[in-house]
Amino acid sequence: MKMFTPKTTVKSKAKMDVTHSLMAHFPAPDGTDWLSKARADATARVNAMGLPIARDEYWKYTDPAPMNATDPMFSGPSAASDVFTGADAVTITLIDGVVQGDLPKVDGLEIALLSDAAQADIHWVQDTFGVLEAASQGNVERPYAALNTAIATQGVFINVTGEVKTPVRLVYGSDGGQCNLHHVVKLAAGASATLLEEGTMAARSTSVTEVVVEDAATFDHLRLMMDVADRQTVTHIFSRLGEESTFRSFTLTSEGALTRNEAVIDINGDNATAHIAGACLGDGDFHHDDTVFVTHDAVDCESRQVFKKVLRNGATGVFQGKILVKPGAQKTDGYQISQSLLLDDDSQFLAKPELEIYADDVACSHGSTSGAIDEDALFYLRSRGVPYGTAVDLLTLSFLAEAIEEIADDRLAEIVLAHLEETLSARR
Amino acid sequence: MLDIKDLHVSLEDEDKQILKGLSLKLETGKVHAIMGPNGSGKSTLSYVLSGKDGYEVTGGSAELDGDDLLDMDPEERAAAGLFLAFQYPVEIPGVGNMTFLRTAVNAQRKLRGEDEMSAGDFLKSVREKAKSLKIDADMLKRPVNVGFSGGEKKRNEILQMAMLEPKMCILDETDSGLDVDAMKLVAEGVNALRGPDRTFLVITHYQRLLDHIKPDVVHIMADGKIIKSGGPELALEVENNGYADLLAEVA
Repeated sequence: MKMFTPKTTVKSKAKMDVTHSLMAHFPAPDGTDWLSKARADATARVNAMGLPIARDEYWKYTDPAPMNATDPMFSGPSAASDVFTGADAVTITLIDGVVQGDLPKVDGLEIALLSDAAQADIHWVQDTFGVLEAASQGNVERPYAALNTAIATQGVFINVTGEVKTPVRLVYGSDGGQCNLHHVVKLAAGASATLLEEGTMAARSTSVTEVVVEDAATFDHLRLMMDVADRQTVTHIFSRLGEESTFRSFTLTSEGALTRNEAVIDINGDNATAHIAGACLGDGDFHHDDTVFVTHDAVDCESRQVFKKVLRNGATGVFQGKILVKPGAQKTDGYQISQSLLLDDDSQFLAKPELEIYADDVACSHGSTSGAIDEDALFYLRSRGVPYGTAVDLLTLSFLAEAIEEIADDRLAEIVLAHLEETLSARR
Repeated sequence: MLDIKDLHVSLEDEDKQILKGLSLKLETGKVHAIMGPNGSGKSTLSYVLSGKDGYEVTGGSAELDGDDLLDMDPEERAAAGLFLAFQYPVEIPGVGNMTFLRTAVNAQRKLRGEDEMSAGDFLKSVREKAKSLKIDADMLKRPVNVGFSGGEKKRNEILQMAMLEPKMCILDETDSGLDVDAMKLVAEGVNALRGPDRTFLVITHYQRLLDHIKPDVVHIMADGKIIKSGGPELALEVENNGYADLLAEVA
């Protein structure tokens, strides 16, 4: 694995001022030896990179300034979310990053908390915590992820050793505070698990989720980001995939003044599959950025990136997606689609699809489109008696269908779809 | 009864008049056919009656049982009992045919202030009607018209008509793109829906559809107007002699 080497380029004073100010705002938390070291290393990474500012190429379409602010944000309260209540999951509730109640027990997996790192025996997390994040810094700098490793005080660690049918559900709520969450999920060879996340982590938050998927293991992730319109968040998912493993992640976002969801997937084992999908309903003061980086470093692997955004009343959608096929990663099947449905002239979609291929026997395709609602289809529906608002909703669902179809579990897909329909009709 | 009086219609985007004082009275329970050469305004008439954007009514009226159609939204016209079978039915990926049908049936009922149809009753009714149109379960499940052949699309239009039970049905060149067998099947579906309370306006270029859906009255349309009306024999005259003689008569 490529280790992080601080770049020698001189960072601007503006950048370093922002960085020092925010680092001072979040003093390094206490921890045990290994954790203190991981945090100190991450702090060094942040100081070497500096935090993003508007001039940075990787932040061209999303202004990071709100994330660099040190003033408190009060946009809550937002009650703990309850969409996946019918999913037969075990639930851990976090309000502004503080865990409520006891941890659930599930056969086939072990759950621990970052805040218990000093007391609990969680040696299994040491080789992962901050490690996947650090490795990702080789291609593109992701300073908020390093910042999160350095300052996060809470996070859920899940060690999966069996085929676990019961999903683990993280429910978020906020009283208007700030938080930084750092989760770790490890799936042993042949293991499987589903992680559900829903709600608003905090008024302003960062999160990192590091996922190690060993050979023939399967990880499913579903996430709903809603409830609070003016919250700001930058999230990261880092995953390393073993042979014949499967990684599937789907996110539905319906609220958020600033959302940047980064997914960094390293496919290291042959015959592995990675699907990353997202659907977005943006209305008004809404800025949503999906930044995805999939690296193929093994043969016969498949990756899909499917992102759909419905935008109106001045909402902004961003997609930066990359497929990197390394030398020797033959028989790679890479697919990437990013599309927006613009419901008015005030909204905008900015897309930067990228393919970088160093192998000669691969099939990679990508596409990006922006369009308005199909007037012929709208008339067709109305001519059958479907009222205008319902017809627009149906066509919106029709547009989002390809992303929703990425959800492998039918029952969970139904829950997401019902939530989506409810959100649409509430906005009509 | 559908009563169209001196209807004048232009395209919104360009200064082009399409309907130039069209008058037509459709008697309830009868099948009326409109035939006419390309560009005579037949499809425009069907779109204007059903409320498509892009047309400007500059004069005249169209009333369905005394209600002013032109003042209503397309969905209100549908709820009032108007149905247009499209010449080119639209594909809607991601929306299941059944979902679409049920949404439409219940939306119309709601607009009319009626109770929604129960899921059970709806399913029973769809299955029955689909069967007689040779529409299988797979076609009902698939997204609306996506991947349907020309014949399947037209049969799907007739299924919608059967489910929505409109009192005024407009068929816009339903025979286009159909082979003989498909046309027979569609015609049988339409004939099964004929009744004393249901009126049809069948728009077509050719006599052959009218061999299967026998009209009571035939109207000839040219240059935005009805130029002649008569019995079924008028369609045969067109088939044999073309439109030239009729056009010459009027000119």
